[in-house]
Amino acid sequence: MELFLHQVLAGIATGGIYACMALAIVMIYQAIDHLNFAQGEMAMFSTFIAWQLIQWEVPYWAAFFITLAVSFAGGYLIERIIMKPIHNAPILSHVALFIALFAVINSLAGFIWEYQIKSFPSPFGTHSVLGEGLISAHDAGMTGVTVTLLVFLFLFFRYTRIGLAMRAAAANPESARLVGIRVEWMLALGWGMAASIGAVAGMLIAPVVFLEPNMMASILLYGFAGAVVGGLTSPGGAVIGGVLVGIIENLAGTFIPYVGSELKLSIALALIVFVLTVKPSGLFGRSVVHRV
Amino acid sequence: MHMHKYLIPAMVLGMAIGTAGPSAAQKKYDPGATDTEIKVGNINPYSGPASAYGTIGKTIDAFFKKVNAEGGVNGRKINFISYDDGYSPPKAVEQARKLVESDEVLLIFQSLGTPSNTAIQKYMNAKQVPQLFVATGATKWGDPKNFPWTMGWQPSYQSESHIYAQYILKNHPNGKIGILYQNDDYGKDYVKGLKDGLGDKAKSMIVAEVPYEVADPTVDSQIINLKASGADIFFNVTTPKFAAQAIKKAAEIGWKPVHILNQVSSSLVSVLKPAGLENSKGILSTGYLKDVTDPQWKNDVGVKNFFAFMDKYFPEGDKTNALSAYGYSVGQTMVQVLKQCGDNLTRENVMKQAANLKDLQQDLFLPGIKANTSATDFYPLDQNQMMKFTGERWEYFGPVLTGATGGS
Amino acid sequence: MAMKTRSAFTDLIAFFGALAVALAPYRRWLILGLVLLIVLPMPFVVKNFFVFQLTLAMVYAIAILGLNLLTGFNGQFSLGHSAFYAIGAYTAAILMDQYDVAYYWTLPIAGIICFVAGFLFGLPALRLEGIYLALATFALAVAMPQILKLSPFEHWTGGVQGIVILKPNAPFGLPLNPDQWLYYFTFAVMLALFLCAYNLVSSRTGRAIKAIRDNSIAAKAMGVNLSLYKSLTFGVSALYTGVAGALGGIVVQFVAPDSFTFALSVALFVGLVVGGVGSIAGALFGAWFVLFVPNIAEHISKGLAGAVYGIMLILLIYLMPSGLAGLVRLVVMRFARASR
Repeated sequence: MELFLHQVLAGIATGGIYACMALAIVMIYQAIDHLNFAQGEMAMFSTFIAWQLIQWEVPYWAAFFITLAVSFAGGYLIERIIMKPIHNAPILSHVALFIALFAVINSLAGFIWEYQIKSFPSPFGTHSVLGEGLISAHDAGMTGVTVTLLVFLFLFFRYTRIGLAMRAAAANPESARLVGIRVEWMLALGWGMAASIGAVAGMLIAPVVFLEPNMMASILLYGFAGAVVGGLTSPGGAVIGGVLVGIIENLAGTFIPYVGSELKLSIALALIVFVLTVKPSGLFGRSVVHRV
Repeated sequence: MHMHKYLIPAMVLGMAIGTAGPSAAQKKYDPGATDTEIKVGNINPYSGPASAYGTIGKTIDAFFKKVNAEGGVNGRKINFISYDDGYSPPKAVEQARKLVESDEVLLIFQSLGTPSNTAIQKYMNAKQVPQLFVATGATKWGDPKNFPWTMGWQPSYQSESHIYAQYILKNHPNGKIGILYQNDDYGKDYVKGLKDGLGDKAKSMIVAEVPYEVADPTVDSQIINLKASGADIFFNVTTPKFAAQAIKKAAEIGWKPVHILNQVSSSLVSVLKPAGLENSKGILSTGYLKDVTDPQWKNDVGVKNFFAFMDKYFPEGDKTNALSAYGYSVGQTMVQVLKQCGDNLTRENVMKQAANLKDLQQDLFLPGIKANTSATDFYPLDQNQMMKFTGERWEYFGPVLTGATGGS
Repeated sequence: MAMKTRSAFTDLIAFFGALAVALAPYRRWLILGLVLLIVLPMPFVVKNFFVFQLTLAMVYAIAILGLNLLTGFNGQFSLGHSAFYAIGAYTAAILMDQYDVAYYWTLPIAGIICFVAGFLFGLPALRLEGIYLALATFALAVAMPQILKLSPFEHWTGGVQGIVILKPNAPFGLPLNPDQWLYYFTFAVMLALFLCAYNLVSSRTGRAIKAIRDNSIAAKAMGVNLSLYKSLTFGVSALYTGVAGALGGIVVQFVAPDSFTFALSVALFVGLVVGGVGSIAGALFGAWFVLFVPNIAEHISKGLAGAVYGIMLILLIYLMPSGLAGLVRLVVMRFARASR
């Protein structure tokens, strides 16, 4: 029983990582109606920027917020410069472009900062909360930040004009234009926000998994799983989904005999497929109705 | 008068012998070798999941530049041609074929990764091109009977595990062992070596064997399971990133077993420092190369040579990266083999000389460690010395050991 | 009639335009003839290694064609075709290694197995659209290497070590080395499969498949059985990619879980987009891009090879948003217009 509890708590901790990433994914999906495969790499790159700033003796929180700003600008620019020319191209071209972005960012990061792992500081410290080694302060802090972000996003999309405008632009660009919304600006804004959220995710994740150019690849996968399970249209669902994925993955790895730990990844993926088949819009998502 | 009949033929014969001379009679070349250059091929992962190891290729490239700047080998410059395989076996096959058939190299040296090397092994042996000093510790590379053109270099993983097994049997005969291993050939090779080394006691002593995948973000869950299994000896078979995570997590949950860490991840700077030097105190491992960051080698000639090389020829590299020390050392062995070949640069002779290393000592080998090969011994390095981490540096103890390997 | 000043140059374009229009009905035969003229003598003109690369390009072309059938013609987004490629490759390897089956029999067997696999995967996928289907197939692609490494299967799959197979020799004692023989063999298979695909796409079934892509609700309203056609297309698409996988395994002579990661799915997808969605001939161009551009990128910059590759891909998508096939269509239309 104690092992079960430990694994659940550990699952919540890793799930927090996935939830963070899932939030960034859902964010960009809300904004541009596409899934950006390069999201993880952008987050990784942002984290490296933060690391570099800290190496240059910039205090942690200053580096944190500078990175957020830089990431926002970066996301905005990527949308304006790279994504704009193919606005009207079919979705396949968009996905191909995301893949190209992935390759470029990953390669650049490896070129600039090399592939040796680097430790990234945590603002929360590493001591334990809740008794011996059950949850570390960082894990708790990470959960806290994720929840805060979540609340912020919820309020933003629900209660601000810009949030509403963004949702309109993503849902129906033509109609949005007709009512005076500058759709291009909304898209770029969405990218900028998603990039910033990704940066937060990266900076929270790096202390646990150590910083290196390939750190985000598998996390992106679990982030997708979490986003899908929770529902691509629901930020709250994405967070819960991420945590669920973490818990299930850990429990499967521990309690399914013989092949459990070999199949951790596959189980996460089977989860994606299962949820997609049974309830495509996820546990908390809205069903989208297509009009003829 | 009779003399004239034989005079001209005799003169011709005499001239022929005179001009032929000893050097012309001994110069023999296979594709890739000429009077002025030797083409050496290499396959390294410069992209993809194993791109961290690309540093080895870069270091070797810089090292050969140094050798060339100092006159080359027997007057010939080394032309080092290295291609990226992204750690993908089909790509490795393509690059190997490119090197052999298109670039026409004399040999392929230090190809990296067990899957890539497995993919090209049959081809290299069929084409009779040396697949020399492969960059993997898998035990199967020392098999001259079946694969006479393939040779490893570093101490095999199994021989390293044997040393750990002996240590455990001697010092903790009643211990309970928990193993964390990467779920691929490298990890499984280590585990096999440990089990073989423990012999009959393997079954009773090993209480947990927990794998992880390279795709896993963390190994935290696995560490929790290992602690719960009641193990008091932890055999940690992980690559640097996961090793650091494992050490950190173990400390976080207050698990303090006898911690044996595989050599692959024993770098102070790359693993122990990120994991926390205090958390790493007491960890055991083995080494065969000097850790150049260790202050005990401050005035060591070999280490000084290495630093001078890095400063001059690979300044953009990281002197503290163990992979560079590795690349430098294996480069030196390659140059030694080429030197021994003299002017007979056939592929057959390259293998012959590679199998003819006697007590070879190099700049970064630990004192007492020498490379040795013979027609039946295709493991150039099979010695290790155990070391313990004091919290500040690795402290060697015990004799230099040869881990016996139970064949390939 | 407008009075236009005509220069020799305009005359030339008009001439070619007229030629193109006149030959248009026969263009498929012309292209085939041209292709044969270039392809057939190749193995005797170039080095063995290049023959090997060309053979691999053809293998990828078949795999990309499979993906094209599903995504380009039927509108079902798949990022998971590396899984079917892997199944085909392992089928061939296990049959050849453990059961001594001749290499040419492995192709149809791999095809059938993959058809079933594709069909079975297509069934639950019926409920998924666009990005959700992409995710589900993405999950499949990422899971496949892990499944291949599973210890209970190690006896057949060779686990992480993979399986090494032997290259077949030319039959009937033909004076060809294994590389050259495989080149012609692969070419024959590719030709056959391409022709089949072309026939399928131009037939009634093909029109139903394309109708589902263009407007599935309308297609359903007109009586097209969505479930059947979508699943069948999935199966056929998997069949093509599976046969390609089997061929690929034979050509490379080695199969291992690490050969079939998600990166392969990405490569196939990129090949599809670059070649041109909905174009059968484009698959070959896509295969070329995927096989040779990474080498070119590496040549340009070792450390930034990935970045160079990405930038080249971005440029290609800007210049040819509909792939090479789209560009060709554009050019032909321009010529046709100029000739009037």
